[in-house]
Amino acid sequence: MTVLGQYKRERIDALAAQAGQPEGEGGVSLTRSAFRRLRRDPVAITGAVIVLVFLAVAAFAPLLAPRDPITQYLLSEIRPGSIPGPRQGFPLGVDNLGRDLLSRLIWGSRQSLLIGFVSTVLGVLVGMTLGILAGAFGGWVDAVVMRFVDILLSIPGLLMAITVSVLLGQSQTSLMIAIAVTQVPIFARLLRGSMLAQRGSDYAVAARALGVRRGRIVFGHVLPNSLSPVIVQATLSLATAIIEAAALSFLGLGDPDIARPEWGAMLANAQDFLSVRPALAIWPALCIIVVALGFTLLGERLREALDPKFRR
Amino acid sequence: MTIESLPPGSSPPGSSPPGSWPDGDAHRTDVPVLEVDDLTVTFTRRGEQATRAVDGISFSVTPGETIGLVGESGCGKSVTSLAVMGLLPRRGVRIGGSVRFDGQELVGADQRRLRALRGADMAMVFQDPLSSLNPVVPIGTQVTEVLLEHRGMSRREAADEATRLLDRVGIPDPTRRLKEYPHQLSGGMRQRALIAMALACSPRLLIADEPTTALDVTIQAQILELLRELVVDSGTALVMITHDLGVVAGLCDRVHVMYAGKIIETADRHELFARPRQPYTGGLLASVPRLDAGRGVPLTPIRGSARDAIPWAEGCAFAPRCDNAQDDCLTEVAGSTVPLEYDGPGRELRCRHPLEHPSVGAGATAAGAAR
Repeated sequence: MTVLGQYKRERIDALAAQAGQPEGEGGVSLTRSAFRRLRRDPVAITGAVIVLVFLAVAAFAPLLAPRDPITQYLLSEIRPGSIPGPRQGFPLGVDNLGRDLLSRLIWGSRQSLLIGFVSTVLGVLVGMTLGILAGAFGGWVDAVVMRFVDILLSIPGLLMAITVSVLLGQSQTSLMIAIAVTQVPIFARLLRGSMLAQRGSDYAVAARALGVRRGRIVFGHVLPNSLSPVIVQATLSLATAIIEAAALSFLGLGDPDIARPEWGAMLANAQDFLSVRPALAIWPALCIIVVALGFTLLGERLREALDPKFRR
Repeated sequence: MTIESLPPGSSPPGSSPPGSWPDGDAHRTDVPVLEVDDLTVTFTRRGEQATRAVDGISFSVTPGETIGLVGESGCGKSVTSLAVMGLLPRRGVRIGGSVRFDGQELVGADQRRLRALRGADMAMVFQDPLSSLNPVVPIGTQVTEVLLEHRGMSRREAADEATRLLDRVGIPDPTRRLKEYPHQLSGGMRQRALIAMALACSPRLLIADEPTTALDVTIQAQILELLRELVVDSGTALVMITHDLGVVAGLCDRVHVMYAGKIIETADRHELFARPRQPYTGGLLASVPRLDAGRGVPLTPIRGSARDAIPWAEGCAFAPRCDNAQDDCLTEVAGSTVPLEYDGPGRELRCRHPLEHPSVGAGATAAGAAR
């Protein structure tokens, strides 16, 4: 047997101890490593920047907007067939009633994002509850819940939203509920499928083999592993919700309160003046498109970052 | 109270073995922990023919004993273990026969009672350590979960105990490892963590379903050594499910060879390796590559695959692949299966034309020749 020199032995011990050192403190969860990957992804960064810019604009609207969005400025050029374009003090011009377009766009971001977020959160909560019921219990509970969800899914989203908002009456709340209703079946179906796939997984069986309660297996093991498609879909749904909110407002089913400018309503208002000043339609449309694009880019990249197939 | 401080054979707090084995060095008693009697598992599906995955198998394990269930993929080993643990789905599965743990019948037992037994008195280690751990939950949470569930510990006690458990199964730096996620551990460490979880409540029966298949050879040896220590130290009854005859040779006292859902040969380890009687067992042994066989000597696999089995009701399921097969290996009378019969002390055999070994006792030879 070879006897190592004392020095060599010490060195080997030191190197072995070093090799065993952790890279950081504690464990790195899969979610955290997914975010690390997102931070290096230029497309995801672009999406995130767009979203953050619009969030900041919405948050600081009172500070950013140069003028009050509902005050009518009686500019001499406003008469039938002529709406003034950009000029001193009105960078994007005014609308047909003499209200500052830029200020209205800035304040409008509040409504669009608010409706988007609230309705998506609402849709996620209700959809997830249904999905958990179906995915955790299976059997007849699953059958009943999923047939209900199928019925919801069989009605086109916008048609459903229109019906719901007509039934509930015109208000911001009913607009949010209407959009949330169209999101519910998507999340229910997604989570249920994802949970069913996870329920038969090895770690769920292993947890059962250790005598872990069903409730704990569902909420502690199956659900956390089933969430990533829901997170991705929620991000993508924000884009859809904002577009749907604009669509409903455009159709005149939006918030009746004129004190709260909204992009969809601005678009609807602009259609009478398209030949005179197309910019009145182009700007709000651009805002809707860019915000939706931001959420979509972020969501798509999030999907890839969370997808095990893309993991190193 | 730590696991180590427990006197061997005594029961940990929280679990409820009635102390059916004596204290002291001899854990071995003749009172079996687990008795499986004529177990059948049938998968039924509407509009399809039922599949019988396990077809009337019987075996028992006593404390401190290790038995092996050996066979190719698809012979019913894993289904047997899942049936014993009560982990098969209720729908589409019919279980017959009896599984008694400590004398209590488990087939058809209340789910709640089964759940209380699982993890506390009987535990299982699975084949793939990565997929058997929840990827999004730190190791520590998964280990403490068992302790909280069965041993009524506080979170703090459970965390301390989890550290001790990881230490006991040989995971270095357990405090740090508890905070880590499964993907940060090596394959061997994951399997050690799973064994730690299975050991958390000092179960009296441990079923290991191919625990070393997904690991490389050096780690395999360590894990097997760990399991052996466990059996010796605490008198656990161990059921090893494997297709690896090396594992059997290193660990098992008694071996049951399974084919197409039935046990076809039972023998002590030494007997089985020295004198395999079933041609299938002989084939399994012959298909292991040998170092002392010259280079260029071809391996001798068993012909065909497990799919070539014929129904037992038609005769011997192995007959289509068997070199010894003769006309009477197929039955004339439907339903008269080749029986599992006494084949010398401690041996049982299901075969009409077994392999002959010159040194086999006259009784066994006569039993074989009489057919």
